[in-house]
Amino acid sequence: MQTTQLTGHDIAVNDEGFFLNPDEWSEAFVPELASREGIAELTPRHWEVIRFMRKAYEERGGAPSVRALSKESGIPVKELYALFPKGPAKVAARIAGVPKPVGCI
Amino acid sequence: MDTAITKVSIIVSKGSLEGVYPGLIMANGARAEGIEANCFFTFFGLDVINVHRYEHLKVATVGNPGLHMATLIGGLPGVSSLVTRMMEQKMEHSDIPNLGEFLALLSDAGCGMYGCRASCELFGVTREDLIPEVKDIISVGEFYHLAAGGEIIFT
Repeated sequence: MQTTQLTGHDIAVNDEGFFLNPDEWSEAFVPELASREGIAELTPRHWEVIRFMRKAYEERGGAPSVRALSKESGIPVKELYALFPKGPAKVAARIAGVPKPVGCI
Repeated sequence: MDTAITKVSIIVSKGSLEGVYPGLIMANGARAEGIEANCFFTFFGLDVINVHRYEHLKVATVGNPGLHMATLIGGLPGVSSLVTRMMEQKMEHSDIPNLGEFLALLSDAGCGMYGCRASCELFGVTREDLIPEVKDIISVGEFYHLAAGGEIIFT
């Protein structure tokens, strides 16, 4: 098990940096997590995606893949990739402190 | 993570429905992982990006043991269309996008799509016959140049 320091807390993460315990997450970590993902400016649209991932996980126990994220949130795929060039669902899930999405499409 | 894949080039050479989806799924999955992805459509795979053809791809019902169907039955007129329709319904049920939607998804996800020059010449296909999402018609040499530094997947 690995840990990462976030605003003075030791957080358990897996080898890809996903939270092992999503309950340990707080919105206060988001700016630091986003900056680690190379997101220079965290916009309201980024927040919308991150909160959507969080909500989807809390409601269903799993975060959606890119296509489902786009369909359900109404944010176009193209914009999602512009916001999170390194993989919208994966990166937003990591910032939102939820497990990596498992959908293949 | 030092051996992480950062770029893939996927060659789609088949023109059957079951022959093209795996490559497209691999390409889309790569983009979702933040991996750079390009698709190169060659030979019958060119049908995937042909505006006149992509909505009419069929499941191969002859020479496809995976279907567990007698070859004689698979060869009867209409059987391929019927099996294709069943497959499409199954895919819709599993929320797998149809080809048109999949190509738009790939393009929006930033996957580069290219037609094979030799195949275009062979089949008399021009840029106007290809979907607008296609970036270019390129030669094998240009493909290797594009693929440099990444993995190549042949399907």
